[in-house]
Amino acid sequence: MNWAGLYTVLSGVNRHSTAIGRIWLSVIFIFRIMVLVVAAESVWGDEKSAFTCNTQQPGCNSVCYDHFFPISHIRLWALQLILVTTPALLVAMHVAYQQHQEKKLLVLTGHADPKHMEEVKKHKMRIAGSLWWTYVFSVVFRLLFEAVFMYIFYMLYPGYQMVRLVKCEAYPCPNTVDCFISRPTEKTIFTVFMLVTSSVCIVLNMAELVYLVVRACVRRSQHNSNPSSGKSSFYGHKLSSEYKQNEINQLLTEQDSSLKDMLRRNPGLQEKGDRCSAC
Amino acid sequence: MDWGALHTILGGVNKHSTSIGKIWLTVLFIFRIMILVVAAERVWGDEQDDFICNTLQPGCKNVCYDHFFPISHIRLWALQLIFVSTPALLVAMHVAYRRHEKKRQFRKGDEKCEFKDIEEIRRQRFRIEGTLWWTYTSSIFFRLVFEAVFMYAFYFMYDGFQMPRLMKCNAWPCPNTVDCFVSRPTEKTVFTIFMIAVSSICILLNVAELCYLLTKFFLRKSRKAGNSKHHPNHENKEETKQNEMNELISDSCQNTVIGFTS
Repeated sequence: MNWAGLYTVLSGVNRHSTAIGRIWLSVIFIFRIMVLVVAAESVWGDEKSAFTCNTQQPGCNSVCYDHFFPISHIRLWALQLILVTTPALLVAMHVAYQQHQEKKLLVLTGHADPKHMEEVKKHKMRIAGSLWWTYVFSVVFRLLFEAVFMYIFYMLYPGYQMVRLVKCEAYPCPNTVDCFISRPTEKTIFTVFMLVTSSVCIVLNMAELVYLVVRACVRRSQHNSNPSSGKSSFYGHKLSSEYKQNEINQLLTEQDSSLKDMLRRNPGLQEKGDRCSAC
Repeated sequence: MDWGALHTILGGVNKHSTSIGKIWLTVLFIFRIMILVVAAERVWGDEQDDFICNTLQPGCKNVCYDHFFPISHIRLWALQLIFVSTPALLVAMHVAYRRHEKKRQFRKGDEKCEFKDIEEIRRQRFRIEGTLWWTYTSSIFFRLVFEAVFMYAFYFMYDGFQMPRLMKCNAWPCPNTVDCFVSRPTEKTVFTIFMIAVSSICILLNVAELCYLLTKFFLRKSRKAGNSKHHPNHENKEETKQNEMNELISDSCQNTVIGFTS
């Protein structure tokens, strides 16, 4: 499991995202993960071996490195990218669940041939109903993770600049020793780059959130102004067909569970029902 | 996620490019990305380890290296290649959007849709005209801009494209002016010149493609203007008739469906 594996997992989510969501995913993979893998990892590759302190005291080097770099930038970014991309899996799970429900409905209504099953798997789910809530939560979590990591970064490495020299006096260093960091300018450049792309992703996520909320409000106001769907237009019919499908699904599952409850509570009910149908 | 994944993503764009665009993509992947990965990265691999300064002062080497190489050539090229290949994704997104619209039309059962099945839509190659022309031209323009910016950044940072053997450094904590020796300077110069040359070829290809697209656009426009001037009655009569027929059919299609639903 590596970044390529994550890419495979997440490109499936791509299909059910909004346009902004797809742009966000492209920015994440090309400008963050790819830059991390092909460029940034080699810049930080020798961060410990080339961290030199002006002393011969054994252990001073290691202690000072550990003091100034509790967690390396590279590892922080890797964690950030994994946590930020994972909420999209909530959406993937919800979509899989909905597809499963549709397949069950097809089986119930007797359309269980392979062609229809394939159709269910292939068609794009609309972001409406409970899927909308899942999607919105995933975007909110993404935003949250991005913000938290940006803050952690700022707290651990105040000002995003990498200094050339740090003064260290942790034991066993004899006095205050000068320690020199390797490639500070290159590291600063990449830190700023990753910061900028992170901000771009935050802006994209906020835009997506606003878009989803506005769309939902518009849809709700349209629904309120046209409560009767009997004489709906061609497009209204098309748009609400998935809604109707979802409602049918819910009715079927409710009917299923309520029937079971009823039978459990009144075992004699079935016979009564049979007798009544005969009248 | 590495260069191979980028190749997969961009390979799809290839189908909707012009011939010059396809050549450009090939040059990019074979002469730049592949050379970067199989050769250049090894040459620059030991750039800091073998950067030797004539001093025992701890920290002097680090500071001098950082002073002379604010960002390594390899990283600059990697960033340049990522930025230069990304505008092609604009075209890929536009094509995907058009394909999605055609699929929607097809699913609605539109008579106007000339495709037999979804697979044909997926395989269809879109012509570079209309809004796609603008997207494509903007992507080439951005490519040119990025290439030029990076070439300039290179020249600005490294004062010409040659790698010197010896650099004199007197940044603190170096005690005096010390001599620092770069590892493999000639090999680095050779690869730098190679990458610059290929970058210039790519710039030329992009300029040629831009000229080609503009020429095609103006020719098409003048042809249309010429036709309407010389044959006002003909006026692509067949096409206008076809368009009217299409509109009538699509209107009747909609009315039929509305009739069914109500």
